[in-house]
Amino acid sequence: MLIVPRNFSYQEEIVLNQSPEELPAQEQEFIVANKLGIHARVAAQIVKVACQFQSEVFISKCGISVNGKSILDVMTLVCPHGSKIHISAKGPDAHEALNALAALFQTKFGEP
Amino acid sequence: MSSSSIVIKGIGASPGIAIGKAHLLEQGRIPVPQYSVFGEEALKGECNRFKEAVAKAEADLEAIKRTIRSEFKEHAHLLEVQQMILRDRSIYHESLRLIEKEGLNAQQALLQSISKARELFSALNDEYVQSRMADVDAAGDRVLRILAGQENLALDTIQERVIIIAHELSPADAIQLQVDRTLGVVTEIGGSTSHTSIVARSLNIPAVVGAESSTKLISMGDVLIIDGTTGRIIINPTQAEVGFYSDRQIELQNYVKEINRKAHLPAITQDGHRVSTEANIELLEEVVAAKDNGAEAIGLYRTEFFFMNRVDMPDEDALYRDYRDLSELIAPGNVTIRTLDLGADKLSAWYPKLEEVNPALGLRSIRLCLHHRDLFKTQLRAILRASAHAGNIKLMFPMVSGVAELLETKRILKEVQADLSRKRIPFDKQMSVGVMIEVPSAVAVADMLAAEVDFFSIGTNDLIQYSIGIDRSNENVAYLFEPLHPAVLRFIKQTVEAGHKAGIPVALCGEMAGEPMYVPILLGLKIDSFSMNPQSLPRVKNLIRRSRLKECCRLANRALRLRTADDVDESLKKTLMRDFPEEVRVFDPNALRDGYALQRRSRKPASRKGSIG
Repeated sequence: MLIVPRNFSYQEEIVLNQSPEELPAQEQEFIVANKLGIHARVAAQIVKVACQFQSEVFISKCGISVNGKSILDVMTLVCPHGSKIHISAKGPDAHEALNALAALFQTKFGEP
Repeated sequence: MSSSSIVIKGIGASPGIAIGKAHLLEQGRIPVPQYSVFGEEALKGECNRFKEAVAKAEADLEAIKRTIRSEFKEHAHLLEVQQMILRDRSIYHESLRLIEKEGLNAQQALLQSISKARELFSALNDEYVQSRMADVDAAGDRVLRILAGQENLALDTIQERVIIIAHELSPADAIQLQVDRTLGVVTEIGGSTSHTSIVARSLNIPAVVGAESSTKLISMGDVLIIDGTTGRIIINPTQAEVGFYSDRQIELQNYVKEINRKAHLPAITQDGHRVSTEANIELLEEVVAAKDNGAEAIGLYRTEFFFMNRVDMPDEDALYRDYRDLSELIAPGNVTIRTLDLGADKLSAWYPKLEEVNPALGLRSIRLCLHHRDLFKTQLRAILRASAHAGNIKLMFPMVSGVAELLETKRILKEVQADLSRKRIPFDKQMSVGVMIEVPSAVAVADMLAAEVDFFSIGTNDLIQYSIGIDRSNENVAYLFEPLHPAVLRFIKQTVEAGHKAGIPVALCGEMAGEPMYVPILLGLKIDSFSMNPQSLPRVKNLIRRSRLKECCRLANRALRLRTADDVDESLKKTLMRDFPEEVRVFDPNALRDGYALQRRSRKPASRKGSIG
């Protein structure tokens, strides 16, 4: 799938970051399962978890990729209930980062 | 009315009377200077100024978070989101970059990065996410105020019991209201569904919103009386006014307690006529509030929520579970499930947006369902399957315009029923099927429709709009939205008569049903069940119990001969004052003192909002 970075101010940086590097990369697909989708509170939860890790975190949906550590990016990706999203983590702790995010998605962010 | 006191009229958003000193929250315009910064040292200094302001804003938010009362802890994330926005690279780093690279001053840099964010938000076609731009603005304002050397709204520093006056309270501000120090709230903008209003109601704090110019007319420390029912604000009242309102304040508190205590009693008039009082809800969770407020049944379950806010179509099983749970929760009461009432203008992500010149007259509601049979059948199957459990589900089709459309709809229903029977899937074969009466053509052929269904439910909101031909969200013509227009009253009467002649009950589920003032006339027009917002139930039920059907019929007959909505309005108010003086006295005290005629709101468009009396 073609991944188009969408970040209004840091486009160049993201393109650079996406070039193959010698760091471990982890990826996984998720379905947004809570009733209200990724609304503000959930976006905050995701960003908070992502920021705990050194690795870069990218979230993409329908070919658009955003920075998982930016709340504005995550909110404006618009992920209602049922969205299929793809998360990739790149960096020394990529594996841990993805596991932590996976746990969030599996518990539906603590929501119905 | 005394000549020395000033009266402002806003929208009553949370009932109750508050008397006390005004505390103005300075939330006026923030000065935003614009200049260029030259030289390495100066640029570094400007960057630091920005960083310090953000750090201060962050710390302020943190402090607010700690003081939030426990019942609003769940809203603490609103503040957290603002904190994260402040540190978001597209705001924080971008502002710093603009200072360093382009020599902008801190304020301009911040405004520019915010306006880039605004572009991104406004390009989205999700209303919810779009509305979150308010969080970005609130976070930005906080920093701009610090940069301008202004103090931010500090609700927690208020030490006495005051009435808070503000241009607007953001959600983050509203949740900081200290219930023990806030006597009341007045805002210049907002409506009865805005966040301030919702929070004020949940805290039982009287509130008036949409009171234009109140921050200009009211000064810090002014004595005020605010009436959260009528939306009236009296600045510097006379001794007599204070006395009058403080008596009423106590009376109102006792009265509300009393009617809430009686909310569960059936709605039977003094002369033994029983009507059903039911609730309109949208979410399963609201069943609790409905029951607490004395709902005997769910008269309208709006099913749109499940279909909006998602990318795919909901599956039949999820719908089935939702309907089944609802039916079991409200049993033995009935639940009337209305099939999808989506308009082409508010569709979900899974449905292509239609470009319609006139969506209100376009592909919406039952028409949309008839256009998309699979979608409609999925919902019908889910409802039918759920009906097998408690046998208390009634099915209702919205916006039916005539017999042909109804027959077509019923044919689809039969197909689905036949299919379920073939597969031996159980459903309630006796389920009542009704239609909403909300377009004038349905009223005209109500007798023919009545022969085909088990009940009618009048949707007055749409019926008024379609019969008078106005869009009430259009502020140029909104004043013509007159529930008491003689045409509307005749339509209601015709519908009820057609229904009763065919032996079927007629419900009313528009906003009219929840307006206490309309209780006598609707009873007189022989409405069989009133379905409304759960909060309105105690007052409406109380009035029904205090009414006499005979007198209501006389009132309705008289009203049907009047020629204008204003005349009907006046006649209704006279009746209310005569028959329910205590209700009028506690909720609208001026009515008794001044007489309604004096304070009748002008219906001309120019003085629609916030006139100064």
